[in-house]
Amino acid sequence: MTTHAVATPVPVPVSIPVRQILPYALFVGIISLIALYFVGAEQGALAVFDGTYVHELVHDARHLLGFPCH
Amino acid sequence: MPLSETGTDRAATSAALDVRSLLVWGLLAGLLGGVLAFGFAEAFGEPSVDTAISLEEQGGAAEHSHDDGAAAGHSHGEEGAEEEVVSRSFQSTGGLAIGTVVYGLGLGGLFGLAFAFAYGRLGTASPRGTAVAVLGIGYTAVVLVPFLTYPANPPAVGRGETIGERTGLFFGMVGISLVLALVAVFVGRKLAQRLDGWTAVLVAGLGYLVLVTVAAKLLPDFQEVPDGFPGATLWEFRIASLGTSAVLWAGIGIGFAALLHRGLTRAR
Ligand SMILES: [Zn+2]
Repeated sequence: MTTHAVATPVPVPVSIPVRQILPYALFVGIISLIALYFVGAEQGALAVFDGTYVHELVHDARHLLGFPCH
Repeated sequence: MPLSETGTDRAATSAALDVRSLLVWGLLAGLLGGVLAFGFAEAFGEPSVDTAISLEEQGGAAEHSHDDGAAAGHSHGEEGAEEEVVSRSFQSTGGLAIGTVVYGLGLGGLFGLAFAFAYGRLGTASPRGTAVAVLGIGYTAVVLVPFLTYPANPPAVGRGETIGERTGLFFGMVGISLVLALVAVFVGRKLAQRLDGWTAVLVAGLGYLVLVTVAAKLLPDFQEVPDGFPGATLWEFRIASLGTSAVLWAGIGIGFAALLHRGLTRAR
């Protein structure tokens, strides 16, 4: 090996194969979206649970994060 | 993630980037962003929310006394206390904290995923450069453009009858904007093979702006600010809302970039 340790200024970015990301994407994607849904919309226009507890609890965050609230 | 002596820098970079650590960094950055956003919202958002709620209650009190007829003066207070599932003081502190941190964690996870897809697919962008690109594209597409189309409203603004429609259209606009942004990224990558990178990014960015503006103009708009609602409060609230999201996203993006950089340099 002749080319040895010439500090590469910009390491070439190696992408992660999509196939490797997908299982995580499904799992984490769904859980994350559920978290966003509960803060952004639950017990507003849509509701999974009865009552208004979730809506009331995250009410101010929902307004300030820009979601329609009521 | 732990690396033994592998050959080149190149190998080190690729081996150090497994999806699992990206997600952990995303969640940690999300926690950071959520906490910072809570601080910002508490300091700059709550005053206008409180003002709006007190205005809403003045209006609401009059309505209630009409409905109930008997014991008008008392009924509102009693009813309010009964209906109050979460106290107002907890709503504006603990509730706000729970909301922003849960939202931050969710967004942080998605940020880690988005980075996993973007890394190595946006030209020669460095790891931190890629994180900043995801931050800029994400904030523009998911926050800024939907906000400019359907601005955030404080309590007392917005009619109850249209909440379903407004919610649907808001999420619809987030979706349209996000899809157009992703299309712009793909088109930009294709263009970069023929044009130089600068021109490719400009053309793709301009294309996104034109299309998303057309979409926003075609969707119905809502003018539901009640007469007499102070403009200063509305402005203050909306700026605070935009700022809360900006702090959240910046915390996630920059926190993620820092964790990423530390993880990559440590592994070497
Ligand atoms: Zn509300």
